[in-house]
Amino acid sequence: MTVLSYAEAARLALLQEMERDPNVWVLGEDLGPEGGVAGQYAGLQQRFGKSRVVDTPISESTIMGAAIGAAMCGTRPVVELRYADFGLCAADEIVNQAAKARYMLGGQVRVPAVIRQPIGMRDGMAAQHSQSTEAWWIHIPGLVVVAPSTPADNHALLKAAVRCDDPVIYMEHKELWTVRGEVDESAAPAPLGNAAVVREGRDVTIVTWSSMVSVCLAAAQALAESGVSAEVIDLRTLWPWDKDAVFASVVRSGRLLVVHQAVRVGGFGAEIVSEVAEQLFDKLKTAPRRLGAPRVPVPYSEPLEMRCRITADDIVAAAIGMARAEA
Amino acid sequence: MSEAYDPSLERVHGLYATMLLIRAFDEHAGQARRDGHLRGSVHEYIGQEAIATGVGANLLKRDYVSSYHRGHGHCLAKGADPVSMMKELYGKADGLCGGKGGSMHVADFALGILGANGVVADGVTLAVGAAQAVKLRGEDRIVTAFFGDGAMNRGPMLEALNWARVFDLPVLFVCEDNTYSDKTRTASVTGGPGILARASAFGIPAESIDGNDVIAVDEAAARLTRAVRSGQGPVFLHAKTYRWRGHLALDPGRYRDAQEVSRGMADDPIARAKAWLFARGVKAESLAADREAAVERIRSAVSQAESAPWPRPEILFTDVQDLGAPT
Repeated sequence: MTVLSYAEAARLALLQEMERDPNVWVLGEDLGPEGGVAGQYAGLQQRFGKSRVVDTPISESTIMGAAIGAAMCGTRPVVELRYADFGLCAADEIVNQAAKARYMLGGQVRVPAVIRQPIGMRDGMAAQHSQSTEAWWIHIPGLVVVAPSTPADNHALLKAAVRCDDPVIYMEHKELWTVRGEVDESAAPAPLGNAAVVREGRDVTIVTWSSMVSVCLAAAQALAESGVSAEVIDLRTLWPWDKDAVFASVVRSGRLLVVHQAVRVGGFGAEIVSEVAEQLFDKLKTAPRRLGAPRVPVPYSEPLEMRCRITADDIVAAAIGMARAEA
Repeated sequence: MSEAYDPSLERVHGLYATMLLIRAFDEHAGQARRDGHLRGSVHEYIGQEAIATGVGANLLKRDYVSSYHRGHGHCLAKGADPVSMMKELYGKADGLCGGKGGSMHVADFALGILGANGVVADGVTLAVGAAQAVKLRGEDRIVTAFFGDGAMNRGPMLEALNWARVFDLPVLFVCEDNTYSDKTRTASVTGGPGILARASAFGIPAESIDGNDVIAVDEAAARLTRAVRSGQGPVFLHAKTYRWRGHLALDPGRYRDAQEVSRGMADDPIARAKAWLFARGVKAESLAADREAAVERIRSAVSQAESAPWPRPEILFTDVQDLGAPT
């Protein structure tokens, strides 16, 4: 065990995968000179050379298209798109080519690409550098969507993503880059599609992911002091999501609260709540709820941005309201 | 150029036969779509056969080819089986893509055919990525990207040209300039001095040829594929041709004046090759028999496609992705 930052943990995972498999390579902007926006590629170009850690032009369509073509021809590219917002510049290639190639070509080919698109609000990055777009990709058949919340997960899940034979949208959170935690450097890849119960509880099930996990844990601590026992589930993989873990918890608690930083309307919370409502209606003690950002572009000014964020207080208030509601 | 180039009679005879096969395939495909036997978009390659044929004759089985929506000719010229292709167009179980792709997604990875493509210029970005994989893996292959004049106005196309130059990739770009971007004259929506100048501006050696002269195409392709194989990086071939039909089988193309169409059709690449062969002593009966053989081969492909079984309903859910059950 060693203590690494979330960015360092991802770097270690990539380094290990590149040493293991010469067909793994990386492409994106500023990987060599800068080592990535958060140092998550630091030193990799020096170690593996410019043909395996490729500094590209600012050409997102072709960064993505080339990765897909190369993935079809025997390599395993890891694509860095810097911000999820820029992933939209490559949306055509991701949606129309990467996600569909295997299916529409009748299983002749796979697209084993990792598509890194960091999400979320951080330090006043404003409307075009702060979005959480995970629901966009979850909607597309053919894509796997992963959102790690800890350094250990960013190590073990990135390794799994590199080894996945289908395209993986890998969404790190910009606010987590510097968060430190224990990492087992020799950890095996974590299975994709498995949630983690990060705090056990009886009264309400809180389902969340990415940077909201720590906020939900803080809320759960406060809830305990108010006599409400909250279970917190970190989904880790958003598609496919771990329905078994969520359902098992909701069956016990009878209450579901989904928390995400993405806009609430049309967010992935809506899907989770719908599935639970459709399949566990008779187990519910109260109406399931979602917390997410208001449907506004993320504003720059600090007090305005703060109003878009879900806080531990918001979660506590929602959970207490649900716990006190009569079935 | 064809004056200096002196191909053998057998070689030109072979090119002629390939063009006849492509013509017969698309004569049938277009009519079958108009008669309602096929679904969706069918883009006929009629009038442009010399380009796929002349280039294809200079490619090896291991070379990669990416194509676009008008892709039947490129597949046939690369050696795809017309029966498996026709079954795909008919949506049948043992079509090239199991019936999941149709005309716009014919592909055969066993022959290095990365697929026709439903999004203009996207195949070009896949091609540069395939070339990057070739280079990374140290393989002895080249990549040919076919696309139309309309693609020259898409961002990914321009990105991919720059990309191929920057990374010195083994790509032969082949622009099939059939005058139209869908239903709009390309010249009316294209700024600057033209296609060749655009390619040259990226530092890519580029030349224009008469794309209806299969011997000229063969000569240029022989020279250019040699250059690409020698490792000198990308080259660009601009082949001028004319699209006899509308953009799609169901488009009567009434936006074009009749004189223009008849002038275009008078410059028939097949008739020109036939005249060349006839002038060198090949008997008219033999040339007619070639045509009948091509038509018969397609007739047989059609009858096999018509009687082939439909896909089993279960394959709706196969090859989406490994993780997570389709829902």
